[in-house]
Amino acid sequence: MGHSVKRKEDQRFVQGKGTYVDDVRLPGMAYGQMIRSPYAHARIVAIRTEEAKKLPGVLAVITGEDLEKAGLAWMPTLFHDRQMVLATGKVLFQSQEVAFVVAEDRYAAADAAELIEVEYEELPVLVDPHRALDADAPILRDDREEKTNHIFHWEVGNRQATDRELQNAPVRAKVDAVFQRCHPAPLETCGCVADYNSATGRLTVWETSQAPHAHRTLFALVAGIPENNIRIIAPDIGGGFGNKVPIYPGYVCAVVASLQLGRPVKWIETRSENLQSTGFARDYHMTAEVAAERDGKVKALRVRTLADHGAFNAAAQPSKYPAGLFSICTGSYDFSTAFCEVDGVYTNKAPGGIAYRCSFRVTEAAYLIERVMDVLAAELQMDPVELRRKNFISSEKFPYQSPLGWTYDSGDYHAAMNLALEKIGYHELRREQEEKRKRGELMGIGVSSFTEIVGAGPAHSFDIVGIKMFDSCEIRVHPTGKAIARMGTKAQGQGHETTFAQIVAQELGIPVADITVEEGDTDTAPYGLGTYASRSTPTAGAATAMASRKIREKAKKIAGHLLEVSEEDLEWEPGRFYVKGAPGKAKTIQEIAFAAYTNVPPGLEAGLEAVHYYDPPNLTFPFGTYVCVVDIDRGTGEVKVRRFVAVDDCGNIINPMIVDGQIHGGLTEGLAIAFMQEIAYDESGNVQGGTFMDYLVPTAVETPNWETDKTCTPSPHHPLGAKGVGESPNVGSPAAFVNAVVDALSHLGVRHIDMPITPWKVWQILKEKGVAE
Amino acid sequence: MAKKIRIRIKINGVDRDAEVEPRLLLVHFIRDILGLTGTHVGCDTTNCGACTVLLGGKPVKSCTVFAVQADEQEIRTIEGVANHGKLHPLQEGFKEEHGLQCGFCTPGMIMAAQALLERNPHPTEQEIRWGISGNLCRCTGYQNIVKAVQYAASKMA
Repeated sequence: MGHSVKRKEDQRFVQGKGTYVDDVRLPGMAYGQMIRSPYAHARIVAIRTEEAKKLPGVLAVITGEDLEKAGLAWMPTLFHDRQMVLATGKVLFQSQEVAFVVAEDRYAAADAAELIEVEYEELPVLVDPHRALDADAPILRDDREEKTNHIFHWEVGNRQATDRELQNAPVRAKVDAVFQRCHPAPLETCGCVADYNSATGRLTVWETSQAPHAHRTLFALVAGIPENNIRIIAPDIGGGFGNKVPIYPGYVCAVVASLQLGRPVKWIETRSENLQSTGFARDYHMTAEVAAERDGKVKALRVRTLADHGAFNAAAQPSKYPAGLFSICTGSYDFSTAFCEVDGVYTNKAPGGIAYRCSFRVTEAAYLIERVMDVLAAELQMDPVELRRKNFISSEKFPYQSPLGWTYDSGDYHAAMNLALEKIGYHELRREQEEKRKRGELMGIGVSSFTEIVGAGPAHSFDIVGIKMFDSCEIRVHPTGKAIARMGTKAQGQGHETTFAQIVAQELGIPVADITVEEGDTDTAPYGLGTYASRSTPTAGAATAMASRKIREKAKKIAGHLLEVSEEDLEWEPGRFYVKGAPGKAKTIQEIAFAAYTNVPPGLEAGLEAVHYYDPPNLTFPFGTYVCVVDIDRGTGEVKVRRFVAVDDCGNIINPMIVDGQIHGGLTEGLAIAFMQEIAYDESGNVQGGTFMDYLVPTAVETPNWETDKTCTPSPHHPLGAKGVGESPNVGSPAAFVNAVVDALSHLGVRHIDMPITPWKVWQILKEKGVAE
Repeated sequence: MAKKIRIRIKINGVDRDAEVEPRLLLVHFIRDILGLTGTHVGCDTTNCGACTVLLGGKPVKSCTVFAVQADEQEIRTIEGVANHGKLHPLQEGFKEEHGLQCGFCTPGMIMAAQALLERNPHPTEQEIRWGISGNLCRCTGYQNIVKAVQYAASKMA
């Protein structure tokens, strides 16, 4: 623990020897390509496939009608809805899957796709979620019993008390903020190789999956294949960020094609397909109102949100939480009362609502509360730092019961804030800003003191499609003292092969180099719900510690036998048991491992293995303070991030190097969201951010150097005191960026700007305020 | 299907020839025909650079070059960077400085960095950032990639 061990996985990656899905090549493998809708809402009049089928090299063309016969035209989403695999009757969003062609190679498949002719009859399009419930809005989902575009209403907290506080409050602040539609856009797109062996009846699917075990169960339930005959292998994954949690139509089509042809079928989507059709995130249209005393003490928070889920509610999140963990929206502040309500609606856009580098809508919540706190500070003409300090949940209040129902495990918000401000030199920056304002220069300082909720989750309230959100680890120590550990999680760049080995090393004293960590093969790994929502360390990491401790218990019995003393006379130090008072009389874990297979005490089972399924007693609550300094060019509206200090507290740290890497990456994604990215649609439902030409990813040139630091408040309930970290920077940073830009313009009366804050948007504001150069 | 054309290339020091369709992309030639899968495809608009290889010593995005354009030329891919199992200083640098996470952009990033160091052995931080600006990374935020290139530059000095 606490050591920056170099990553074991890097040796293959730096040599191009990783195995990503598109690298899997099987004998007789065919290639699939999707045919997609150019319209956002249209009736399918006819699909003509004859010409395509005649093309040499074409093996099959599958349409929704074909799937209907097999009962597979629709599939369940991971959240109480269903979604078309291939469209039947009509299409509901641009780029929706309409037909699937399979050919001998990629090029023949692409040629065939060109020859498939689909005749459409356009239908009225619904793009604006605010219009979804209008009386004259087209009803999109005529497959549902309820003839409405309304998906759900969800509320939590005390409506009356909150309304009352807001009515009587001496000071109120309000912000309407849209967290725009974003896309995780991992550098590797989604894809699979489905291989059905008609002789054995076994289906093997290599798949870009963050949750291979859950996928296996769903394939079994939906396709009716016995679960023991399905093997999902998630090989190396080129980034996930939540994009690779759902099951996509392409996977199902490849499986159907393989079943039909008796050959392996590969399907790899293009970048444009990835951006246009797979799980988007956010699209939350939020209003927050805060009631406060004149001295700045907050009293109540009211949040109303409209959630645009697109054509299908394809969120991938715990089944009891339609808005995920959005009710963490009271953040780091001690509100006595709060109320939060969310309504979900359908529109003619790609389906989703997935958790992009975020533990289920926590990013939206953190952004909203950090934004409205700044609006309140402006209302009170108070320094935003002072306002936050006045309202922080104080460290002696933990475990803290939030008004919206969460029990925060631990925190010390003042400590993280103090360290961040000291590092950035906050007071000097404020002085500099004052001087610059006198000269007409625009400079802003943005603060975000976020609290996250991660590590889902306790079985009593967390499940995905019914499967409880525990996670697991199985460890086998071999006779020579080397070991293999397998988890139900699946890394996509997080470095589990190293960090989980470090946990075993810490608990058992076996060197990291002697431990192989393997994830992603459902035939070999114990069942688990996968890697997302910063849950790997809180759940599988805990399971790894617990499984190691079980092994240590057994090792103690064997050591006692070997040393001919009773167990009570033994002491443990990393790597060996020794006799109390006689440290020279000892057996190493390697000697014990050998004995476990060669010389076990009578009555004890042979072998040195353990498995643990860890059900966390609570979630964990990482937090931090981020401070951003920006300069704005009055001529172009360009915002330059001058400095960014990120102080994180994720409890005890297993590998500081990897944690910092996660912070760097998450901040860069936050930067992109704040300033560049949006999956926008025009009024006809044409996607405007559907390629990397339009959906911008920052390069090394736009990305600043990030300054990181830590405070450490261990989780009291996690066996290692760890909390999870991968998502904190993406959760905490958007508000810091936006607060900085708004702060730069606050003296001009600007209180809020929706993301992405492009130079054009800023320049328009500068022009309107008469300060553009 | 158009008539196939015979091409000859030298890839990582090995002569290879094949008959290919004129429309075959170099990246598919490298990955699907030669079986060198270290070169990746991350987009369809020539933005991401995951497919970067050195063609005649210059970095190119192999998704935007036809295989026939590489006829009679020399190509280097990530598989040719290590020397008989000994990592190149750039590969070492990426490991030492935590310059990669998911590893998908890494081969293209290393090829772009290699081209940079070959023409500019002592780049400044800004020159490194511009040198890899045709390559996107979603995981690292580039900070440690810059350090990895600096590590290699000092090792190679």
